[in-house]
Amino acid sequence: MELLRFFTAGNVDDGKSTLIGRLLFDSKSISTDIIETLTKQSKTSGIDTGIDLALLTDGLRAEREQGITIDVAYKYFTTDKRKFIIADTPGHIQYTRNMFTGASNADLAIILVDARNGITDQTKRHSIISSILGIPHVLVCINKMDLVNYSEERFNEIVNDYKEFAQPLNLKQTSFIPASALAGDNVVERSSNMNWYKGETLMQFLENVKIDVVNSDGASRFQVQYVIRPQTNHLHDYRGYAGKILSGTYKKGDKVLVLPSNIETTIEKLEKHQAEIEVANALDPVIIHLKDDVDISRGSSIVKVSETPQTEREVNATICWMDNNAFQPGQKLILQQNSFRTKAIVKDIVGKIDIHSFKQLESDGGMKLNDICKVFIKTAEPISFDAYEENRHTGSFILINENTNNTVAAGTISLS
Amino acid sequence: MNFEEKNMSKLDYLDQLENEAIHILREVAGQFDRPALLFSGGKDSICLVHLAIKAFRPGKFPFPLVHVDTGHNFPEAITYRDNLAKQLDEKLIVRYVADTIKAKKLQDGKGKFPSRNGLQTYTLLEVIEEFEFDACIGGARRDEEKARAKERIFSIRDEFGQWDPKMQRPELWNIYNGKINKGENVRVFPISNWTELDVWNYIKREKIELPSIYFTHERECILTEHGQLMNTNEFVQIEASDVVVIKKVRYRTVGDMTCTAAVESEAYSLDDIITELKEAKISERGATRMDDRVSEAAMEDRKKGGYF
Ligand SMILES: Nc1nc2c(ncn2[C@@H]2O[C@H](COP(=O)(O)OP(=O)(O)OP(=O)(O)O)[C@@H](O)[C@H]2O)c(=O)[nH]1
Ligand SMILES: [Mg+2]
Repeated sequence: MELLRFFTAGNVDDGKSTLIGRLLFDSKSISTDIIETLTKQSKTSGIDTGIDLALLTDGLRAEREQGITIDVAYKYFTTDKRKFIIADTPGHIQYTRNMFTGASNADLAIILVDARNGITDQTKRHSIISSILGIPHVLVCINKMDLVNYSEERFNEIVNDYKEFAQPLNLKQTSFIPASALAGDNVVERSSNMNWYKGETLMQFLENVKIDVVNSDGASRFQVQYVIRPQTNHLHDYRGYAGKILSGTYKKGDKVLVLPSNIETTIEKLEKHQAEIEVANALDPVIIHLKDDVDISRGSSIVKVSETPQTEREVNATICWMDNNAFQPGQKLILQQNSFRTKAIVKDIVGKIDIHSFKQLESDGGMKLNDICKVFIKTAEPISFDAYEENRHTGSFILINENTNNTVAAGTISLS
Repeated sequence: MNFEEKNMSKLDYLDQLENEAIHILREVAGQFDRPALLFSGGKDSICLVHLAIKAFRPGKFPFPLVHVDTGHNFPEAITYRDNLAKQLDEKLIVRYVADTIKAKKLQDGKGKFPSRNGLQTYTLLEVIEEFEFDACIGGARRDEEKARAKERIFSIRDEFGQWDPKMQRPELWNIYNGKINKGENVRVFPISNWTELDVWNYIKREKIELPSIYFTHERECILTEHGQLMNTNEFVQIEASDVVVIKKVRYRTVGDMTCTAAVESEAYSLDDIITELKEAKISERGATRMDDRVSEAAMEDRKKGGYF
């Protein structure tokens, strides 16, 4: 069975949590004991459900007290067709980094818009983040249609506004559904209040949307996570490099390059789940054995000689600053790309993305919480990378504050 | 953006979940000096051990198995634990809640079903301190409970083991930041994204052996006022007014005998269990745990206090 990972985004109170609650409720994915508990907790109650559907995902005390989502909640459900992992992310700007967390692994974004308010700053911000993260599909769900008399005109107006705004974002695929999460229109059940809408319900959309899958055709990319050396009598000389194939394929006998040490050697053996294999495909957890004893450790890359990535001491990237403390020029940082870590500094803030226009504005030299900036980074060790749009695994990184150890930024690499 | 549909292979969801878990286990091995795997003898931690075999064999595990023994465990789970450690030839560390109670002069669980669930946290924190563990791998899943649904895969805990849900680090892509300050430690949950049904499907696919109490058997139980079946044992005080019944039951979770309820079941095989679960109307914790019923934030509060 296929797995689809999606997240909900949009402004505070646009109905993200309610929508997920509705999806789970109407698809009968909630156990009776949970419904019982929620019924007791609900101060407000849904029209037909008797429960406040948002409480299903708002699992923290503070969230229930304030009626808002603070951090991502993960929910799971299955239909006959698919398995779903949902990340319900917060709409409040203060918690954008948590939204980022829920979004970074997703195949699909559902961006909610309150039909009364139309496009807001947060709609824009979340769409821009979806674009930066290269989310393959964006579904704009125009919610609370019950509060605008299920008006087709209003729906079309918002669709047009969104299309106009999203033009420069290069979103791969956008779709629109009019819905009411509270009343259940077009979530699982087709709405009888909007006969003018002939498209799919949300559930139909989720079950049918094409999922982009693992890229075995891309360039061969592998990073060492851990070196396995049993050092027993029996396996005295065993030395295997454990890691995950990030993309491409590998087979025994492949001529490979170890980076950053830049040494050529050959794949002697591939193992997966304690058995030797002939070919390793993308995402396979494997152990690679090399012919020669070379300088290689955690974070080193092994790539086919014919498919070498760029390896430099500098990268251009788009980053989102996620720390409460603003960026300090010259600040010592650690860059982590998968298992590879190196010291790094942001040399230059080239520009700042305006979330209204998606235009690149001149930088004021600073970066504050939630700012999205184009930057130029220098690293202490050479880093092997691809452009994020070519390879999500080797084109992404985080920045860690050397002092606090906190993750302070997320970045995607561009080639120029 | 350009994620072209080239010649892409589709992975089954169980493969995806397995790959993710192995990746996380290897990150723990690569990032920490003194990790540990918290092993309870339940199905989730049994899956973790199975995943560790896939992640590290033919090497040894880069961590010991650690069990915080409440003294209220099912004997089947303890036997299973000891056999497994021996069979795998991996190090097993056991620390007893009873010892902590004695040393710290703590109040033991009281009442009809005396629970040591809260007391476990003390022993856990002690064993972390004793061995200076910097990362503890656990089998918690996000589908179990609403506070768990909010926790990161790498969850940073302070010196007192406390989880601060409002200060969680962002966790992006599959990049795990395990850097910590002195005194802090990380709880790592490799099967965060697995559901109860995924675990069973995986156990079936991988032909993993389980303690027998997961399958149906006859057992003497007390039928509680909430309709739960609590097995009778030396720790539970049976009163004259109790309704004692003999039922065909199995366990959905294997926790303490004093606070884990059995469910009526006809499931003799893994296939039977999977069929039963697909039709089950009650959630795993709802069906089996007494400890979460105390308040709506019971789990969140225990986590803030240092619990798994
Ligand atoms: N009338 C109406 N109200 C809705 C609808 N969807 C959600 N609401 C209400 O809008 C309010 C906010 O809903 P939530 O689901 O908590 O909003 P959210 O988007 O998750 O908010 P944050 O997570 O805090 O950003 C609640 O009172 C809901 O009952 C809808 O379709 N129609
Ligand atoms: Mg919400």
